[in-house]
Amino acid sequence: MQLSRENLLKAYRTMRTIRDFEERLHVEFATGEIPGFVHLYAGEEASAAGICMHLTERDKLASTHRGHGHCIAKGVDVRAMMSEIYGKKDGVCGGKGGSMHIAEIGKGMLGANGIVGGGPPLICGAALTAKTLKTGGVAIAFYGDGASNQGTTLESLNLAKIWSLPVIFVCEDNGYAEATAASYAVGGTQMKRAEGFGIPAVQVDGHDFFAVYEAAREAIERARNGGGPSMLHVMLDRFYGHFEGDATTYRGTGEVDRIRAGQDCLRRFRSKVTDAALLRHEDLDAIDRESAANIDAAVVHAKAAPLPSDADLLTDVYVSY
Amino acid sequence: MGEINAITMPKFGLAMTEGKVASWAKPIGAVVKAGDDIADIETTKITNAFESPFNGIMRRHVATVQDELPVGALIAVMASADVSEDEIDRFIDSFQAEFVNADTGEDKASEVEPSTVDVSGRKIRYLDMGQGAGPPVVFIHGFGGDLNSWLFTQPALADHHRTIALDLPGHGGSTKDVGAADISALAKIVSDTLAALAIPSAHFVGHSLGAAIALSIALDDPSRAASLSLISPAGLGKEINATFIDGFVASDRRKALEPVLQMLFADPSLVKRDMIDDLIKAKRIDGASEALTKIADVNFKDGTQTTVLAGRLPELSIPVQIIWGEEDRVIPVAHSQELPVAATVRVLADSGHMPHMERAAEVNALLISFLQ
Amino acid sequence: MSKKSYRQAINEAIASEMRRDPTVILMGEDVAGGAGAPGDQDAWGGVLGVTKGLVTEFGRGRVLDTPLSESAYIGAAAGAAATGLRPIAELMFIDFMGVCFDQIFNQAAKFRYMFGGHAVTPLVIRAMYGAGFRAASQHSQCLYPIFTHIPGLKVVIPSSAYEVKGLLIQAIRDNDPVIFLENKVMYDQVEEVPDETYTIPFGEANLTREGDDVTIVAFGRMVQIANEAADRLAKQGIHCNVLDPRTTSPLDADTILQCVEETGRLVIVDEASPRCNMATDVSALVAQEAFGALKAPIRMVCPPHTPVPFAPNLEDLFVPNADRVEQAVKSVMGYKIRENA
Repeated sequence: MQLSRENLLKAYRTMRTIRDFEERLHVEFATGEIPGFVHLYAGEEASAAGICMHLTERDKLASTHRGHGHCIAKGVDVRAMMSEIYGKKDGVCGGKGGSMHIAEIGKGMLGANGIVGGGPPLICGAALTAKTLKTGGVAIAFYGDGASNQGTTLESLNLAKIWSLPVIFVCEDNGYAEATAASYAVGGTQMKRAEGFGIPAVQVDGHDFFAVYEAAREAIERARNGGGPSMLHVMLDRFYGHFEGDATTYRGTGEVDRIRAGQDCLRRFRSKVTDAALLRHEDLDAIDRESAANIDAAVVHAKAAPLPSDADLLTDVYVSY
Repeated sequence: MGEINAITMPKFGLAMTEGKVASWAKPIGAVVKAGDDIADIETTKITNAFESPFNGIMRRHVATVQDELPVGALIAVMASADVSEDEIDRFIDSFQAEFVNADTGEDKASEVEPSTVDVSGRKIRYLDMGQGAGPPVVFIHGFGGDLNSWLFTQPALADHHRTIALDLPGHGGSTKDVGAADISALAKIVSDTLAALAIPSAHFVGHSLGAAIALSIALDDPSRAASLSLISPAGLGKEINATFIDGFVASDRRKALEPVLQMLFADPSLVKRDMIDDLIKAKRIDGASEALTKIADVNFKDGTQTTVLAGRLPELSIPVQIIWGEEDRVIPVAHSQELPVAATVRVLADSGHMPHMERAAEVNALLISFLQ
Repeated sequence: MSKKSYRQAINEAIASEMRRDPTVILMGEDVAGGAGAPGDQDAWGGVLGVTKGLVTEFGRGRVLDTPLSESAYIGAAAGAAATGLRPIAELMFIDFMGVCFDQIFNQAAKFRYMFGGHAVTPLVIRAMYGAGFRAASQHSQCLYPIFTHIPGLKVVIPSSAYEVKGLLIQAIRDNDPVIFLENKVMYDQVEEVPDETYTIPFGEANLTREGDDVTIVAFGRMVQIANEAADRLAKQGIHCNVLDPRTTSPLDADTILQCVEETGRLVIVDEASPRCNMATDVSALVAQEAFGALKAPIRMVCPPHTPVPFAPNLEDLFVPNADRVEQAVKSVMGYKIRENA
C-alpha cells in the first residue's frame, strides 16, 4: 500500500466530510428550508475520493447532478457549498447555481450538471486545453449509468480517443437511472463500450477506496503521459433516492440496509486501515468529530447567511454587454 | 461651326464613383470662363465647387439637380453662341449613346493606388501621383486625417509636379506605432520616409499638425525643404480647440463624431456620411485610437500646443506661404498675424479649418502659382 | 485596404487572431480538411473554403478537424473556453445546431450566471445561415432569433465583407459565448476591407442609408436588400434610414428608437421565420417605447411561416426581396390616419 499516513487521513476525511454533508442535507431538506432539487452522493464517497486524491488544481473535473461529493473531493470549501445549497449570497456560486450547478472553476471543478450527459463533452474541452497549452493536467468526466446512454457520452468517448485527450471517463454505476435499473436500460456493457472505441477500461469495486485509488492512478498516469483516455467503470450504490423526496419504491426490500451494513465504503476503509495497523480508531474518531462539527457550523452559517440582493438578479449574465 | 464642350461628372478622390449636382452656379445662357465655378457637386463624402475646364456659354444643364450620376456622365453642355440648339441635341444624343459608365469599364486598372514603404520597421503608406521637373510636392495631412484629405488638391498639382501624399504614423494605412509622437519625432519619420523614397528635397504642403511637421523639417534641415505651404498650421501659437481634439479622440460613433467634424468647416453641411464612416473605420483599426490619444496628449493637451515654432521662422530662407480659413474654429486664424517672417499670408473667407477641402479651387490656385 | 470577399475577410480575421493569441484555436468539420486522408492536406478549407490555408500556417494542433459529432465538439469548445482557450468552432450549417443545442444553451450560455460570475467562456460558434442557395429545408434556416432569446449568448449577423472581419475579430476577443452567423449567399461578395486588424463593437447599429421618411431595420443579408430598395425609393422621392443592428444580442435599441422618432414610420426586414423573430421583437420594442412617434402601422417583411422550400421558384418567392421592401415602404408612406377614429 503506497498511501502515506497523511494521505490515508486525508482520504478518510474527504469521505467522512461527504458522508456527513449528505446525511445532514437529507435531514435538513426534509424541513423544507432548502429550495429546489438535491441529489445525494452518500454511499458513493470512495469513488470521488479515490480519484480526486490524484488531482491538483490544474486538473479539471465535470460532475453530474449528484455533484456534492466531487466538489468536496476537489477541494471546494464546505461552508461555501452549504451556503450555495441554501441559495445564499456567500455561496460558492453566489446562490445562483444551487445544488445542481455547484461549481468552482478556479479549483478545477467545472460544475455539477443539471443535464444528464452534459459533462463529458465539456471535459473533452478541458482536456484539449490541457493538451494545447501543455499544462500537464488531466480531465475527469464523472457520469452515471444513465448518462452512459446519452449520445454526448458516446460521442465524447470517440472524440477523446481520436484526439488522444487526457480524459478519464468515470462511469459511476449505482444501478439506477432515476428509477430505471441499469440492467434494463444499458445495452451491452460499459467495458465493451470502451473497448469498442479502443479505450482501455477497468471495472472497479466502488465501495473500496483502495481499488478505486489504484485504478485511477494507472488511468491518470496514462493520461498525463500522453497515453490518451481511459474508462473506469465504478460499481457502487447510493444510500438515498434519485433526489431527496424520492420514495424509492423501486428499490428491493432491505436493499439499502444490506448495502449500508456490508458495502459502506467508510466502514470498509476503517476496518482495512485499522486491521493493517496503518491508522488507529482514535485517529479516525477524531476526524469524525471534526467533520461533524464542520458540517454543523456550515449549516448554522448557511441558515444565517444573507440572501442575494435584488440587484444580483441582473448581474453575471455576461462579462460585458 | 462653333465649339461644343461636354461637362462631365468629375472624380474627386480615388473612391468617388458617382455624384450629384447639388446646385448650379451658372444658369443657362451665362458666359463662363475656365476656372469659374459652374456647379456644386455633392458626393457621399463631401460637397465641392466644380470649376469649368472651358470658356463658353452654358447652353444646357443635362443633369437634374440631386440626380445620382456616375463619374464621367454628362452633366452640362457649353458651347459658343453660334452653335444651334439642334446641334446641341445631336451632341447630347451621341454622347449618351457612347457613354460607358467608367466604374464598369476597364480603365479602373490605370488608376493610381497607394503604396507602402518600410521606414525603420514602420510601414508608411503614400500615394505617388504625377510627374514633373524639380522637387516633388509632399503633402502632410493633419491630426486624425490621412492622405485622402488631399483628394481635391493632389490631383490638381499632379498635373505639373510629382506629388506624394503620405499617411502619418497612427493614421490611414500607416503603422500605428507613433514613437515619441511629438512634432520632431513625427518630422523625423516623415524625413526618413522621403529618404527611403530617394527624395532629397521637396515642396512641403502641410495642414494643421502636418504643417507643424513640415515646418519642423525645414527648420531642422533646410536642405530638405524647397518651400513651405502651411495650411491652417499648428505650431504657430499656443491655442488649439480642446473640444475638437478631445471629441475627435473620444468619439467612435457617428452621432458623436458628426458634430466634432462639423467644427472643421465653416459650412457644417459639408460633412457627409462617408466622411464620418471613413474616419470611424480608420479609428477602429487596432492601435489607431491609442495612437491618436498619444499624439493628442503629447502635442495638444488641454487645448494647448506643446510645440510653438513661430519664433524660429526667421531662420528660414525658403519661400513660405500660409493659407488659413477665416472661420477656423480649431486653430485661431490670429496665429497668422504678426509673424516674424516675410511669409505670404492668405486668409480665405467662408472657410474653416479645412480650406483645401472647403475652398479647394482657391487653395489649388494659390499652391499652383506659389510653386511656379 | 483592398477588395476582398466576405470569405477572405473571415479567413483574415481568424488568421490574424490566431497569430496574435496562441490560445485561439479552430475546430469543426473539415476546417482543415484531409485529416487522416491520403490526398492533399490543405486543399479545401471546409465546405466553403473559408478556412483554407490555416492548417498550413498553424498546424493540426490548433486547426482541428472534428468527427461529424457536433454535440461532442461544440461541448468540447465550451469546456475548452471555460478552461483557458479561445475556441472558434465552425458548425457549417446553422441547422445542425439542433443536435448540439444543449451544449450551447444549457452549458456555455449559462456557466457565468450559474457559477456566480466566476466563469469566463470566450467561445465563438460560427455557422452559415440563410436561404437562396437551393439547399432546402435543413440547410437554409435563419435561427438567430432562437439564440437571441437565450441570455448569456451574443448573436452577430454581419451584412458585408468589411463588417464580417471587424465583427469576427471582436467576437474572438470577446469574453462571452458568441454565435456568429454568416449568410451563405454572401461569401463571394467583394468590397474594400482593410488589411489591418480592426474591431466593430457589438450593440452598435450601423446606419447604411439616411432619410427622413421611413426607417428600415434589416438583419444580415437583408441589409443589402433594404439598401437596394432605399436607393430605388430615393429616386422616387422617398428617403429611408436603413439600420443594420449588426448584433441581435445585444440589440441597439437606442438607435432603433431614435431613428423611429425621426421618421415616424418603420419597416423591418427579417429573413427568419415570421413568428417570434427579430421583426416581432423590434416591433414590440417600438410599440412599447415609441408608440407616440408612429405615423403608420409597423410593417414586417419576412418569409411565410413555412420551411424553406427546395424548388427554385418557390425559394425565390420565399425570401424577402427589394420589391417587397419597396412595397412595404410605400404602404407605410401611403397610410392615412383615419379621421374621427
